[in-house]
Amino acid sequence: MTLHEEEVAEELSDGVLARSPSRMRVVAGRFFRSRQGVAGFVVLALMFLLAFAGPLFSRWSYTDKDFTAFLQPPSSSHWFGTLQTGADVYALTLRGMQKSLVVGLLAALVSTALAAVVGAFSGYFLGWTDRVLSWVTDLLLVLPGFLILAIMSPLFESGQWPLFVIMLALFLWMVTSKIVRGMAISLKEREFIQAARYMGVPPARIVFRHVIPNLSSLLIVDATLNVSAAILTETSLSYFGFGIRPPDVSFGTLIADGSKTATYAPWTFWFVAGLLVVTVLAVNLIGDALRDAFDPAAKR
Amino acid sequence: MAGFLVRRLLSYAVLVGVAASLAYLLAATALDPRSNYADRTPKPPPAVVDAQLTALNLNDKTPLLQRYATWATGVLRGDFGKAVTGSPVNEDLKRRMGVTFRLVILGLLFGSALGVLLGALAAVRQYGWFDRLSTGLSFVVLAVPVVVLANMMILTATWANERLFGRQVFLVSGEYSDGLDAGFWGQAVDRLQHLILPTISLSIGLIAVFSRYQRNMMLDVLGADFLRTAMAKGLSRRKALVRHALRTALIPVVTYFAFMFGALLTGATFTEKIFGWHGLGEQLINSIFSNDVNTVAAISCLAAIAVLCASLAADLLHAALDPRVRAR
Repeated sequence: MTLHEEEVAEELSDGVLARSPSRMRVVAGRFFRSRQGVAGFVVLALMFLLAFAGPLFSRWSYTDKDFTAFLQPPSSSHWFGTLQTGADVYALTLRGMQKSLVVGLLAALVSTALAAVVGAFSGYFLGWTDRVLSWVTDLLLVLPGFLILAIMSPLFESGQWPLFVIMLALFLWMVTSKIVRGMAISLKEREFIQAARYMGVPPARIVFRHVIPNLSSLLIVDATLNVSAAILTETSLSYFGFGIRPPDVSFGTLIADGSKTATYAPWTFWFVAGLLVVTVLAVNLIGDALRDAFDPAAKR
Repeated sequence: MAGFLVRRLLSYAVLVGVAASLAYLLAATALDPRSNYADRTPKPPPAVVDAQLTALNLNDKTPLLQRYATWATGVLRGDFGKAVTGSPVNEDLKRRMGVTFRLVILGLLFGSALGVLLGALAAVRQYGWFDRLSTGLSFVVLAVPVVVLANMMILTATWANERLFGRQVFLVSGEYSDGLDAGFWGQAVDRLQHLILPTISLSIGLIAVFSRYQRNMMLDVLGADFLRTAMAKGLSRRKALVRHALRTALIPVVTYFAFMFGALLTGATFTEKIFGWHGLGEQLINSIFSNDVNTVAAISCLAAIAVLCASLAADLLHAALDPRVRAR
């Protein structure tokens, strides 16, 4: 029987032979069996739905100003009330949420990718590559990230938020890359990597094809937790005017504006703050449930 | 051990130097002190502006490397230059360091002690009601950024002052009331009233983090053989837990404590700014807005030193507490 025939036979006998479930399926099963994982997933999905489909149901867009209602409490025409300028808080909040979610997701993806590449390269090659990369990692750990981001903030003029995402990611990856480096060193000695090396696969390709995919569980969990870290950092920076610039809005700028009027107009602050906390909480719950699901020592 | 320490210190010194230089170069290119003079009335003549900027070593017409050389020689002699107002940076930062220190030390001690206690209690009865409650609460707390938490507390405090007490119990701005004449005890109470809210806002997050750490460490230790041995020797469960389990589980937490302290010296930025404490973190934000290159560079240098000292302290503490590390 040739290899091809074997494959065909395997496909034909599908269902007859008891197949062991794939790793992905085991993890997904464990994840959706945990209560907090499901809760976090559902809440986050609802948040995305609200941020991107919610504006369709409102009469107001985030640039509109209602000159008949200044600083009005929530009502049937303005669901979350209005600001001093007559802007609709519901529309503004959803717009800010879109930006915060996108910034958080992108920054987390970029930073985890950076951590994986830098850590895997320095752990696999060791020697001078490792020394240089580790030194850069240490240097970035020592430089206060908040400070550098704040100094660079004049560069993030409105519309330049992708640059902000990259800078944000640049200060989130160091710790993970150290962990990845340690794991790459031990992976390097494993048989399948050595086999690839003796077969003449180029080293860069080994890193991308064999080392990084074998660290995927760590990286997925890390990316999830980085989403919440990125959202929180973005909020703090924007709060002080160092992040997203007007006319763009984000959670941070809205909270900064809202906290000034919160004593006599609570709706300008509490809706945004509440949505922010719920979003971050959901992301953290997902991250925690994923970590449990990927845990090889888990019993279920 | 001594050789190891010397090598460590040397590499740290190099890191601090590079980090501070990078921060200076970045600040000098990105910030524009000249714009401070643009909206003054009457508009100062350009020659005067140039002369003032040159005197402060902030003139963007001098080449960047020359300005950097002037700054670096000053720093090597222990002088961080002058702020945009013309006053020396050193004095200003010295005073502010004291303020930050007073704020951080209390919040950190309070937060770590409570966090360790809660984490240990949660671990002893894993999956009990207390464990579930503290886990849930710490998840919620970790999702609230400091800027939101601090503002929430200010709102709650003003509400409580008006509705519950009818007088100012929680004071939300500054370190102490100016010109208060109430004797020693009066002033002590006044300072305490100012301290409550910032301390809580600093320590709540720390409590959450420390309790998670301590719980996980404690769970690892609880199944260990040496604990079973201790109980087999006849120690009561309580004694074995406190004397052996808690002590062993504390080691990583203590290292984390040292590290946290270094990070907080400038990391209390948000708390300081929102509660109006005139510390290092507040000055950092102010100096960026006022294009104060020298102050920004000085604070980043201090931050780098603080982080590295903390990580050195963490290593030493680890060695002191863990006999296995000492033996190596």
